[in-house]
Amino acid sequence: MSLIARYIEEHGIPTVTIATARDIVESARVPRLLFVDFPLGNPCGEPWNTPQQCEIFETALVTLETADTPGATVEAGYSWSGGEDWKRTVFTEDQPFLSGAAQEEWLARKDEYRKLRGEGKV
Amino acid sequence: MDHVRYIDKTRDYYLSQGYEKSYDWARNDEVAFAPLDKPLSECKVGMLSTSELAVRYDAETEDNPITEEGFRGVYSIPADTPTERFYSRTSSFDAVATHLDDVNAYFPVDRLREAVASGRIGSIPDRLYGAYNNYSKRKVLEEEAPNALALAREDEIDALLLVPV
Repeated sequence: MSLIARYIEEHGIPTVTIATARDIVESARVPRLLFVDFPLGNPCGEPWNTPQQCEIFETALVTLETADTPGATVEAGYSWSGGEDWKRTVFTEDQPFLSGAAQEEWLARKDEYRKLRGEGKV
Repeated sequence: MDHVRYIDKTRDYYLSQGYEKSYDWARNDEVAFAPLDKPLSECKVGMLSTSELAVRYDAETEDNPITEEGFRGVYSIPADTPTERFYSRTSSFDAVATHLDDVNAYFPVDRLREAVASGRIGSIPDRLYGAYNNYSKRKVLEEEAPNALALAREDEIDALLLVPV
């Protein structure tokens, strides 16, 4: 996604990216980033919290209008209403990021990779 | 608490699962910058999501309103699709902490429409955009990014909002 934002901007169309994975997007560097410190999946506000979503959306528009430093990050400034525990557990072995069918697909790919590696093909 | 270091966390996770190498996230120092050249109230603003956004439809009486090929690349969705028909097919989100039941929490289509209605932005194109995640950075630059630009140019948008899920 970040690479698409960069490419679009390189061709003259201003972009703003609203994202939760701050480190990933800052590493790739997009022209304008609005960082929302929420779990992956809800960059534009908490579900059904329309007033908050409106504020985040408006902040993205203001960022588009006023940012003057390439690659700068604007912080939306909200904290997840359910507390910060999700930050400690996300993407650990105790609480895998993927679940259900996605986890099964991940495991299948892992097995395939290991098999290929065992055969010296990767 | 400070923000999550996903790059570190994914590296640890890959290594714990027996991989010798983790995913090599994109790293760039420089970035292009194109200032808006007119007021937003006169701009046509597009929106692009990587949430694998899809539309519920009755397969017996309707065609899939989404224009996509092979569940990859960049695709488009009619912008007048009723909000309640949108859903996400992605599993790349924190399903322990939250859910994707409210499309506006990851693809703020109602917020976009409200901005047009209030005059905050000029207009939106007739279609909204989706892009599948592609782990190959080379392919993103050779395929998804040029295809997204082609849509943007065809629709003559003045600015693009990107919402990675």
